[in-house]
Amino acid sequence: MRKLLFESVFRQPLTEPAPSAADAAVAELATAVGQTARRRLGRSLSIREVDAGSCNGCELEIHALNNAYYDVERFGLRFVASPRHADVLMVTGPVTKNMREALERTYHATPNPKWVVAVGDCARDGGCFAGSYAVIGGVSEVVPVDLHIPGCPPTPVAMLRGLLALVEQADTRTITS
Amino acid sequence: MPSLIDLTLEGRKVGQHGPWPRVVVDASVWTFAASELAHGRWSLLGLWGDPATVHMAIMDGQTAGIAVISLDCPNRRFPSVGRHHPPARRLERTIHDLFGLSAEDSSDARPWLDHNRWGVRFPLGDRIDALPKATPYRFLAAEGDGLHQIPVGPVHAGIIEPGHFRFTASGETVVRLEQRLGYVHKGIDGLMTGASLERGVRLAGRASGDSTVAYAYAFSRAAEAALDLGVPERAVLLRALLAELERLANHLGDIGAICNDASFALMHAHCGVLRESVLRAAGAAFGHRLMRDVIVPGGVVRDIGSDGVEAIQAALDNIRLRFPALVELYDNTASLQDRTVDTGTLKASLASQYAAGGYVGRASGRSFDARRALAYPPYDSLRFDVPVLNEGDVNARVWIRIREVEQSLSLIDQILSRLSQGAIRKEVPLGGEVREGMAIVEGFRGDILVWLRLRNGLIERCHMRDPSWFQWPLLEAVIENNIVADFPLCNKSFNCSYSGHDL
Repeated sequence: MRKLLFESVFRQPLTEPAPSAADAAVAELATAVGQTARRRLGRSLSIREVDAGSCNGCELEIHALNNAYYDVERFGLRFVASPRHADVLMVTGPVTKNMREALERTYHATPNPKWVVAVGDCARDGGCFAGSYAVIGGVSEVVPVDLHIPGCPPTPVAMLRGLLALVEQADTRTITS
Repeated sequence: MPSLIDLTLEGRKVGQHGPWPRVVVDASVWTFAASELAHGRWSLLGLWGDPATVHMAIMDGQTAGIAVISLDCPNRRFPSVGRHHPPARRLERTIHDLFGLSAEDSSDARPWLDHNRWGVRFPLGDRIDALPKATPYRFLAAEGDGLHQIPVGPVHAGIIEPGHFRFTASGETVVRLEQRLGYVHKGIDGLMTGASLERGVRLAGRASGDSTVAYAYAFSRAAEAALDLGVPERAVLLRALLAELERLANHLGDIGAICNDASFALMHAHCGVLRESVLRAAGAAFGHRLMRDVIVPGGVVRDIGSDGVEAIQAALDNIRLRFPALVELYDNTASLQDRTVDTGTLKASLASQYAAGGYVGRASGRSFDARRALAYPPYDSLRFDVPVLNEGDVNARVWIRIREVEQSLSLIDQILSRLSQGAIRKEVPLGGEVREGMAIVEGFRGDILVWLRLRNGLIERCHMRDPSWFQWPLLEAVIENNIVADFPLCNKSFNCSYSGHDL
């Protein structure tokens, strides 16, 4: 273990420069401006991830956000274990009927102000699962969505862009309100 | 002792079913098969429904002979297999939920995937109105002095799929764990009905995200078996390349994640970097980090260029350079070993009874690996070992994965060295009126089974069976007498799929 720890002292960090906030994501978010902003968040967001029926592909890439290359915590973004601690709900999947109540309850357990980020193509409209007897469809059918990050699954960089847009927007909202 | 061949002679053979036979049998042969399963002479590979028929895939472990037997159920009932052979129980409950076919005298008639929220009962069968009022799910009883229950889920504390766990504990010691799944049921079997092969393989690739390659691979092989379609040599090799990259990425990620659940974050960080290097190489080579939608019936849709080969080789070199030090670190850290050795031990007899696939089976003495036992191309001509251990604990499951990482590295080398130029895809014929096919492919988690029936080139019925079906119940068994705090370790060392199971 000493060898590995030593190495990490001298090795260059793997972390890559932060991507710029995507224009499209900002534009999408703009529609939600002014509705929920109440307090200053600074550049810190706590995220609660909720799988509402995904295939787990999005979860794999959300996990990757925590690895040494993307290292989301350096942006003040961190994943928390409880909706009570969260500013943002990151929801994946075509919401299944069996998960509807759990998603609603998680949403209501999250204190205001809060943002919902729908991650992945299924989370927009059900994706290829739309029309199934067991699926409701997009996340916005169940809880209000502030930002959608497309992809099947979106790459970690795409998710970072979306989240940065959300943070920047949160700052602006505080200033203008 | 009758063999599987004798069994298939008892029934009416169905034409156009490949590559293994399917026979329609009567109830007595069906029950006989169930009792042979119960006596451990055969293994249950799958049990699924049709609107008025049930099917069971069976393997003779000695010869790796496989057959499907089918029983018509005009009265919407069939003799229970689960009554004799517990691994069939959840499958029977599912058949009832989806088709309304009941297992007679079954020992567990509770619903499984149906939470009474679909608005319809038996969605793939008679489609009758849902029950007016949801009845609470009846968990199994656990009674005794000082026992308490801990309900967990469906929303868990981490970035995990949803499912419910009901622990009954005496102090810190778990005396019973009962799972309730089905939260991510998306009705994939229903969506498959009437779909084209093109849509079918997209759905298959989304059954379980971490096995997207393996599912598309199994689906495509099943369709090709139904249509008697050969695949170009280059595509055969590329498919195995994709499958091994997927195995590599998942094993690397999970080895780190298991250590993380024992609060050993250093392993997690380093393994996460190695996993990322595989995903980036896959992204560079195939245009998608998880290699989704690359395998289709007839071959693959994306070829790999020389820069792709270089990216993969660079990732392999990096893993070869870094991974041995991590293995050494794992092996030499007493605090970590203290958590993994003798924790969550799965007995060999249970692994065998449930025909547990993948590292779960192979860490408990069950050597089955579809790549070796069924030797589908190109694995019939590649050199690799199937590591097997007998301890059955978390540590053994980690070691199987470590050894499989090494095997995958070697397999990828062999595949890349054999890759010669050529076509990557063949035109898929429409086929005759009705054609049926089955395939079993070794995913990183174990053997994935896909069975389908095509009518005029469209999917009439497709069933996919995830290895998790036979691994989830074993997780319930291994946690007994462990402490609650060791559950994450046990759970992660199994890493069962929720979405693949819930379908």
